[in-house]
Amino acid sequence: MFKNLMSWIEYRLPFMDKMNLHVMQYPAPKNFNFWYFFGSLAMLVLVNQILTGIWLTMNYVPSAEGAFASVEYIMRDVDYGWLLRYMHSTGASAFFVVVYLHMLRGMMYGSYQKPRELLWIFGMLIFLVLMAEAFMGYLLPWGQMSFWGAQVIIGIFGTIPFVGEDLTLWIRGDYVISGATLNRFFALHVIALPLVLVVLVFLHIMALHEVGSNNPDGIDIKKDNDGTVEQTEADKKFTFHQYFTRGGKKVIVDAIPFHPYYTVKDLLGVAGFLLIFAWVIFFFPEGGGYFLEPPNFEPANALKTPAHIAPVWYFTPFYAILRAIPHPFMGAVAMFAAIVALALLPWLDRGKVRSLRYRSGLHTANLINFCISFVALGVLGVLPAEGVYTLLAQIFSFTYFGFFILLWFYSKNEKTKPLPVRLT
Amino acid sequence: MMKNLFSVIALVASSWAMAAGPAVHLDKAPIDLTDKASLQNGARLFQNYCLGCHQMQYQRYSRTFSDLGIPEEVGMENLMFTGEKVGDHITNNMSAKDGEKWFGATPPDLTNVARVRGPNWLYTYLRSFYADPSRPFGVNNDVFPLVGMPHVLQELQGVPYKAYETRLVDGASKEVYVGIKTDGSGELNAEEYDRAVADLVNYLEYVGEPTKLEARALGIKVMVFLLIFFVLAYLLKKEYWKDVH
Repeated sequence: MFKNLMSWIEYRLPFMDKMNLHVMQYPAPKNFNFWYFFGSLAMLVLVNQILTGIWLTMNYVPSAEGAFASVEYIMRDVDYGWLLRYMHSTGASAFFVVVYLHMLRGMMYGSYQKPRELLWIFGMLIFLVLMAEAFMGYLLPWGQMSFWGAQVIIGIFGTIPFVGEDLTLWIRGDYVISGATLNRFFALHVIALPLVLVVLVFLHIMALHEVGSNNPDGIDIKKDNDGTVEQTEADKKFTFHQYFTRGGKKVIVDAIPFHPYYTVKDLLGVAGFLLIFAWVIFFFPEGGGYFLEPPNFEPANALKTPAHIAPVWYFTPFYAILRAIPHPFMGAVAMFAAIVALALLPWLDRGKVRSLRYRSGLHTANLINFCISFVALGVLGVLPAEGVYTLLAQIFSFTYFGFFILLWFYSKNEKTKPLPVRLT
Repeated sequence: MMKNLFSVIALVASSWAMAAGPAVHLDKAPIDLTDKASLQNGARLFQNYCLGCHQMQYQRYSRTFSDLGIPEEVGMENLMFTGEKVGDHITNNMSAKDGEKWFGATPPDLTNVARVRGPNWLYTYLRSFYADPSRPFGVNNDVFPLVGMPHVLQELQGVPYKAYETRLVDGASKEVYVGIKTDGSGELNAEEYDRAVADLVNYLEYVGEPTKLEARALGIKVMVFLLIFFVLAYLLKKEYWKDVH
């Protein structure tokens, strides 16, 4: 009976076949390391944000008069409202932590290189939407930092020549940040952007499964079936979906099915992540003033500028670049260029070898330079833009962009190490 | 608009500069959220000395009573003065406009003040008033110079003044600032006053985040669960991956 029902459904909607294709018979390289946890963790955080967000919405009041009080109502009068709120606010920071590490993984192992360019582009789009989502969400508690942070960031659009002023008016829906701004940000934050985000994540994963996962060695696990490829006993042990062997044209080596091997491994990653995540939520929900900024516990007041306006930590590297350039519009251009440069990596990197393991020492040094520049800019973004800090921000902005420029030059004729035939 | 952004950034930069400048040394507030007696005394002080001007518009009486272990009848008898209901928020009837007229700025709501300023700031601030006849209420404050607030705890502390001593510095006698002292007209001595302020700050810290103790207690259980979960996940992974290695 059950079997008949299943085959009736299967005939009309091949559910089991798709599960096999994407989960049970999806060939994943067997050598994923620590750095490969962050994709699944980003999905976990996305689910956390959506679920806690739905429950927060049940008591949140999106109006300039009611927003702040409704957040306090959630924190004090709603059962476990404080937990939902802290999971959501900590989740926002956690999202950027795992996404930044996920992106660094891609850069270390050349995961953006051919044929994964589109996959990388989808990832960058997710990053952009995520920044918009985080920015709009931060306005909703209607605290002092919500208000003044939004003021500064919307001001960035105002620096665009000719259309800037009209553009800020269009974004705010008012001459100042007001209830109109709050309401539209609420609509975008809870419906529009999450929908876009979920669609982009779906496309990201579809694009991934089409070209297959990269791995720390950066070599292909799907070899042309020209008769020279020797499959070991281990290779013959698993069945993969015929879609991946392209009807016998490809031989898959050193791969394991995603389920159960990576589902149980990712579960371990989830447990490790949750240990840190819960520790912050229950014991340090303010994240030292970086996840929830102290002035944001004061309601928005257009007449009172808080003593410090610092964007939330995950924006600070880009904010530091903005401030490093003396001209506001050029600063905004540089900030945007810093993100575009990342998106263009598949074409800026002209190398043929993907993984750091087999590339030149110069490339490793350059990538370390990138990491140092990014972190330094992040630190400078919370410090005052004055004196030596401005100079340092300019230097690190230079080395940040220097990474991409250098990469373009040396990658064409880079001295690389010989690639292994099989995964190590 | 470019000018606007410039001014916003300039404003930000200048305020940062202020923050980066020499800050007042803050004393560590000796507070303990598990000390119910201290919290109850803090609540008593708040109701008697602060509520006239400052509200706690997000905190309910009933919440304070149940979290601090105050029986409702006792609380209503001793801590509620104007016929509110026990489920009401802790508010007063001073209008924001009057507050601004009387003090130069509307006295801020204090529900979250401990989260905005931090307990150490509050503890130091309330012990840093000193007599200054040039100010409208006759007092100034080291932590918050030119503050519009009168020294409402003067009845407890006495009249505080900046004390100087004549000391020999490098062969010349000089007036050296030695701290804030009082004329002894207060109900409490210096030590008792510090304790009372600590109790009040303790209460403000509690009101800022009434769920803090609950969060910690639940947090420990969650961490224990996650540790077990981590070990089981590790064993499960190891078992499955025997096939691969």
